[in-house]
Amino acid sequence: MASMRDIKRRKESVQSTQQITKAMKLVATVKLQKARGKAESNKPYFNMLYETICSILAMTKNVNHRYLQETDNSKKAVIVITSNRGLAGGYNSNIVKLITGGDFSKEDYIYAVGKKGIEGLARKGYNIHKDYSEVINSPLFSDATQITKELLTQYSMGEIGEIYIAYTNFKNTVTQEPKLVKLLPLSEDDFEEREVDDKLLMNFEPTPEEVLDLVVPKYMSNIIFGAFLESVASENGARMQAMDSATNNAEDMIGSLSLKYNRARQSAITQELTEIIAGADAIS
Amino acid sequence: MADKSMEVKIIAPDRVFYEGQVSFIEFNTTEGIMGIYPRHIPTTVVISPGVLKVVDSEGEKIAALHSGFAEILGDSITILAESVEWPDEIDEKRAEEARVRAERRIKDSSQDLNRAELALKRSLVRMQLSKRV
Repeated sequence: MASMRDIKRRKESVQSTQQITKAMKLVATVKLQKARGKAESNKPYFNMLYETICSILAMTKNVNHRYLQETDNSKKAVIVITSNRGLAGGYNSNIVKLITGGDFSKEDYIYAVGKKGIEGLARKGYNIHKDYSEVINSPLFSDATQITKELLTQYSMGEIGEIYIAYTNFKNTVTQEPKLVKLLPLSEDDFEEREVDDKLLMNFEPTPEEVLDLVVPKYMSNIIFGAFLESVASENGARMQAMDSATNNAEDMIGSLSLKYNRARQSAITQELTEIIAGADAIS
Repeated sequence: MADKSMEVKIIAPDRVFYEGQVSFIEFNTTEGIMGIYPRHIPTTVVISPGVLKVVDSEGEKIAALHSGFAEILGDSITILAESVEWPDEIDEKRAEEARVRAERRIKDSSQDLNRAELALKRSLVRMQLSKRV
């Protein structure tokens, strides 16, 4: 059996770790509430935008636009949203797994947001094209617009043929689900089916090209921004959970260590007593 | 006219700006100011900075609508606005400053003209509205 001193030292170290995880859990809870509020206030706009794009696409036939057509370029770009800090359970590794397990080659461009994702993917030999890690600390709408601009320029120049985004969808505090969404080219199949009157076609003013030129970037930056907000909420949710279970585990360990410590102390006392009695016996 | 109304939703990234039954709506697009009555032909238009006018059962309301796009269907209109504000939310001083700044930028031709012009338009709309209140 380990000595009393060893057990005591171990117990103290577990206790101080528990204090840290407890504090981290509290911090994550507060941050989660903030992030969740933000993500939720963005939802109506996000949903409406999606709905509108659905109905525009459903009512648009025979419009040739570079954003709507498949290109023969098979090079993909994928925006990977992870966190800058670890200790968030499976949050970061789930996203990395989504990429490595997905249909991506090592030459595809990775637009990384979050240091942990860069670490994970670079180790596996993926091509990190751009690093936007600073963004995820406090995502702004202008960040999403800037990334969209950059991607669309590449897309228009023919550097890349498809654009994806990998993020974590915040379902609720306990469930976060990693998601891969195709951003471009927009194809009708990717959207929900809509029943529309075939005779009523959408008119565009000034021209379909100009309207789509404007609407598609807006749509993209909104999805990216929405994905930022969802991911931040998910990160804190995942961290809160991870820290909660770490705190509980520490509690269990402290319990079993206390038991061991008490047993060791008791056996030390018993032994001492036996020795004293044996000594007394020997004298008399 | 009485039974004719359309459902209007104006949504900004951070809030639902307006939602209601409307008999007439007017806003500025890249093609000029557009006034829409119910049962309009399906159209998607791009918004440019201007005054938004909504007529509902309570009367006429105005707001500053700066950018976004609108989907017009026969019985409903959805405006996805990136920036929209009621007159009492406008800071007149700031708008005035923005106007001066934008004008300076336009004179200095090395700057991004498009951006400066948009900023100027926005500030003019804001000032126009805040004076009306």
